[in-house]
This record gives sequence, structure tokens and C-alpha cells, in this order.
Amino acid sequence: MARLQIRNLEKTYGNSFKAVHGINLDVRDGEFMVLVGPSGCAKSTTLRMIAGLESITGGQVMIGDTVVNRLQPGKRGIAMVFQNYALYPHMKVRRNLSFGLRLQRASRSEIERRTAEVARILEIEPLLDRLPKELSGGQAQRVALGRALIKEPKVFLFDEPLSNLDAKLRASMRVRITELHRRLKDEGMPSTVVYVTHDQTEAMTMGDRICVMKDGRIMQVADPKTLYDRPANAFVAGFIGSPEMNLIEGRLEGSTFRVGDQSLTLPAELMDRLRGWSGAARLGIRPQHLRLNAGPGLRGRVAGAEFMGHEVVLHLDVAGTRMVAVLPAADYAALDRGAEVTLSPEPGCAHVFDGADENVSLPVLN
Amino acid sequence: MADITTAIPATPVPPREIRAARLQAVVRYTLLTVVGLIMLYPLIWLIGASFKTNSEIFGSIGFLPREPTLEGYVKGWQTSTPYTFGRFFWNTFLIILPKTIFTAISCALVAYGFARFEFPFKRVLFATLIATLLLPNVVTRIPQYILFRDMGWLDSYLPLWVPSAFAGDAFFVFMLVQFLRAIPRDMEEAARVDGANSLQTLVYIVVPMLVPALISVMLFQFMWTMNDFLGPLIYLSSVDKFPVSLALKLSIDTTEAFDWNRILSMSVLALLPALVVFFMAQKYFIEGISAGGVKG
Ligand SMILES: Nc1ncnc2c1ncn2[C@@H]1O[C@H](COP(=O)(O)OP(=O)(O)O)[C@@H](O)[C@H]1O
Ligand SMILES: [Mg+2]
Repeated sequence: MARLQIRNLEKTYGNSFKAVHGINLDVRDGEFMVLVGPSGCAKSTTLRMIAGLESITGGQVMIGDTVVNRLQPGKRGIAMVFQNYALYPHMKVRRNLSFGLRLQRASRSEIERRTAEVARILEIEPLLDRLPKELSGGQAQRVALGRALIKEPKVFLFDEPLSNLDAKLRASMRVRITELHRRLKDEGMPSTVVYVTHDQTEAMTMGDRICVMKDGRIMQVADPKTLYDRPANAFVAGFIGSPEMNLIEGRLEGSTFRVGDQSLTLPAELMDRLRGWSGAARLGIRPQHLRLNAGPGLRGRVAGAEFMGHEVVLHLDVAGTRMVAVLPAADYAALDRGAEVTLSPEPGCAHVFDGADENVSLPVLN
Repeated sequence: MADITTAIPATPVPPREIRAARLQAVVRYTLLTVVGLIMLYPLIWLIGASFKTNSEIFGSIGFLPREPTLEGYVKGWQTSTPYTFGRFFWNTFLIILPKTIFTAISCALVAYGFARFEFPFKRVLFATLIATLLLPNVVTRIPQYILFRDMGWLDSYLPLWVPSAFAGDAFFVFMLVQFLRAIPRDMEEAARVDGANSLQTLVYIVVPMLVPALISVMLFQFMWTMNDFLGPLIYLSSVDKFPVSLALKLSIDTTEAFDWNRILSMSVLALLPALVVFFMAQKYFIEGISAGGVKG
């Protein structure tokens, strides 16, 4: 129940490898913030600096109104859930949950009350007298969650907590965690969360806001919808959404986008957003935002079509590059291999990225 | 196509092959048993001979006593000194107890430091530690002796266990460091987030996970101390402080004619504690790290 502020945070490891390059991030009180990015982009490093498990080599971390740079992890008012659960193997679930409280010398009745409450919320009452090795992955993860919850911390930190679970369990745990977050808010105990994942689906479905990282830098911080509709750069555009956004190399001249020997006239709406920009560019269109044979568009040869029942994923060769489109199942009939088809962008959904990968077609916000 | 499973008949293994396999097993086990017996024979002979009369001991190579007698045990226990052998066992115990306990504590502390913390000159210090492993024991005997003499510790048990209380046994430190390196740090980090300081983390989290390794350490230390002859020989001069290892030698020194059956009987007794302890701790020995296992 506090906001978290990160100011010019830097991390240089002992081997002089610079993992985090001065990042700034504000997590609001009670907000569910997801840090997402490909493996190795320093999500864990950032989270561990917030937790105090990794020393901070530059900048500041503030929890509430306190700079916590020099505080021990136990004094920062945080709780953390680890990827490998990190339950204490020799302690029963009950003692795993209450370990932190016992260190704080909480009273017996207090410990019992809070253990019972957490066990009830997470439905782990029947497991209280088991050892961690007697738990399934999902159960162990709930216990790990309980161990964080019982401390009533100011900030919850999660480091890829679901990546050891199978797909089905992951989906249900995802919902459970989001529900828990909402429920705590409803019950007047809003919890601030920083949740690390490399999985964009997890990020999109769980986060109030998402912070996309790459190579120790923040690429964009926004709510899921903004991230999807208005990616700030080509990296975010490609990282968020599945299948990946098509990024077509070409040249923008006036209102014409040239790819190889084809030229596409861009819709007026996009031209408004571009505000007269021109030059070498990449046109970004999500596979879901393409229509088949619907007026002017990019011509190409069908390289393959995957029929999924409710939709078709089309792979199209356009002037030497590959485009992917997700089309209604009804279009399948027209997609014989080698056939020539046209794909045109839906209005309002295309983006243009400049040579530095910046999105130059963002609408002006006022 | 449909019944691919029935297409492959369950071919019975021909009886000839079964017989060959059995024969092989018999040969293998016979060989193992014979070699095992040969290796164990001195021990078996020792136990048998301890029940023989003095004259019979050198009479035959067989281990079954013709006229079993407890005389060796009774007389051996009394010893030729004013003390019974019980006294010597007690003395050994007085050395072993602090030594094993303090070895476990000090080595766990030092290994934890090396395995989990960064500090200046860590590499150099660890290399030094390993180097002392390679140093022959005899090299340090004399300087150590002089040191302990100047401290006025001669003829006491202090020189025998105090070095171990300062993680003097590099081998054990090394062993524990290796063991710790194999344990993921997540649990310790979780403990730190839970508010434990380094020492609490060590006591509540690391040590319980180290238990199998610590038991091995204590077991080794127990057996080595039990068998240590040179240490007590150098530092102890009063008979009433002798541990078992020295006392065994004592009976050879002082009796006019060597009563071998007494010596053998007492040797058997001297073996017992180590055996008992070993079998009691065997479970933990084998359990190893799997006990503290992490899923994932
Ligand atoms: N202890 C360390 N020493 C040196 N480099 C490290 C250390 N830990 C992580 N790194 C490097 O820092 C970068 C970020 O790592 P990490 O934060 O674990 O990434 P993520 O969690 O996003 O996958 C990686 O390139 C990794 O190799
Ligand atoms: Mg990570």
C-alpha cells in the first residue's frame, strides 16, 4: 500500500557489465505494474534491486516516501514471490507462511490468525501440515503467494512466478492472482504490485500498466490498450501482440508508401497522424488489421494458409518480405497456395516507424 | 494398419538365455563375495581372535576360537594401569565431543562465508585454504607444538580440539562450500526478504539444508579423531588423560609379555563406537541433498 518510484536506476555488475541503464518508473499506489521484455533485458535485475537482493549502483528506489537504497530487504516493506517458489524445504507449509512473522516476534495469536486468513484466501488449509516436497507445482506456488500475502507488505514483487507451471495451470493462476489483487482493493487493502514476466499474454491480461523493457532500458510504459494501439516504437510493436505485427520496409513519399515496385496509398487518417513526415520507413500493421481483397493494398503470393477453425492465418510473400494476416475462416477458400491476393490495412490501425524505430504516426495527445 | 500392436508378437525369451543370465549372476556374486571376504578377513579374524586364548592366537590362521573365552575382554578392560579402559573411552569422548561440535559450527560458518558473500581478497583466501589441504601435516607439527607449549596447553586436550573450533580442517570447509554451491540461493533470498539477517538465514535456512553434509563432516571428524594416534601422543603425557588410541599402545608398552588377546579385545571395543555411529548416521549420509530438494 504505497507507491514505488524509481529514479535513474542503474546496475553495473561486478564483471563491469552494465545491465540497467538509468531507468525511471513510477508505480502508483495499488497499481499492478508488469515488467515485460525478452529474456536478459534486466527485468529480474531491476526487481531484485527494488527488493534489495542486488546492490544499486546508481539512482534511487523509493517506497512510499522512503529512499530504500540502503535498507535491508526485510526492512523495505516488500514481499517477493520467486520463480522456483523458494519454499523452505525443511519447514511445513504453516511454518513457511509464518517464518517472517516469527522473525518479527509477532504474537502467537496474531500468527495463527493471519495464517488462517491467508490459508483461507488461497485455499491451502488442507496443505498446512505438509512439507514443500509434498506439494504439486500449483500448490507450491499458492503457498509462495501466501508467504508474501501474510506479511501485508507495501509492495509485492513477483519474478516470473508462473513460468514453472504447465499452460493450463498458468492460465488459472493468472486469473487467480488478478482476482486476488482486485479483491484486496475492494476490501480496502489495495496492494502495489510489480510483476515480472517475459510472456506478453501474461503482461497484457494482468497489468494495470505495462512497462516494456529491452536491454536494460524502458521502451514504453502504458496500459495494455495504449500499448497495443499506440506502440511508441517498433520494438514494442513487435513484442506486444500475437502473431507479431508486420513491419514492412519501404519508403514514404507524400501519401504513398513504396515497397519494391508496389505503392500503397495511405489513408487520410494515417496521413493526419504523420503530419507530413516522409523518408525511409517501416509500415507496421497487425495481422488482425488486414483485410483480404478489399480495395487497394499490397499484392502478394500465398505462401501458406493455416486453417484454425474460426480463423485463417495467412502467410503472404510481398515484394520479398513475408506478411502474416489473421483472416476470417470464410476467406480460406480464396487462399490456394501461389494465388495472388491483396491485403489492405484497416483504417486507423497502421503505424509508421522511422529509421530509429520510433513511431512517427502517434496521434497528438492534448 | 489398425492392429499394429498385435502385429508384434510377444516373443518369449528362450530358456537358454535365461539360464545364461542366471549363471552370469551367480559368477558375478560369487566373485564379489570372495573378494569382499578377503578384504574383510583381517577384521573377522580380529573379532574371532579376541575370543581366543593368548596361546591360540598365533597357532592358526582360522578365526573361530577353539575354546572361546572372555578373558581378553575382562583383563584388557582392567588394563595394567590404575584406570580401567572405561576411563580411556571417556577421555576419547572428552576430545571428540567438543571437536566434532565445534568443527561443524566453525566449518559451516566459514563455508557459508566463502560460498555466499563477496569480500576483499576472497579468491586469495580461498586459494590459501585449499593450499593448506595440500600441505603435509608433518610440516606444521613442530611450530604448532612450540606454539601450544608457549601457551601452556601441553598435557591438556586443548591442542587437540581448539584448532578445529576455528575451522582448522580445510577439507571440511571445502566439502561444505561445494555442497552449498549446489544449493540454489532462492531460499536464502526469500529468508532475507522475510526479514532474516545473515546469521538467522544461516541458522534457520542454510544449516537445516546442510544437515546431510554436516553429518558427514561430523562422522568423518569422529572417526578420524577416534583413530588419531599422533596428536595425543605428542601433546599428552599423563596416562590418566590418554584416549583409547594411546591406551591400546600403552598395553603393549607396559606388560612384560604382550597379552595379545587383551589388545585385540580392546581393539574390537575401540572399533565399536565408530561402527555404531556410522550405521546410525548412514541414512543421512545417503539421503544427501535430495532431502532439501527444490522442485523446478
Ligand atoms: N550476477 C551477474 N553478474 C553479471 N551479469 C549478470 C548477473 N546477473 C545477470 N546478469 C546479466 O544481466 C542481464 C540481465 O539479467 P536478468 O535481470 O536476469 O534478465 P531477465 O530477468 O530480464 O531475463 C543479462 O544479460 C545477464 O546476463
Ligand atoms: Mg529473470
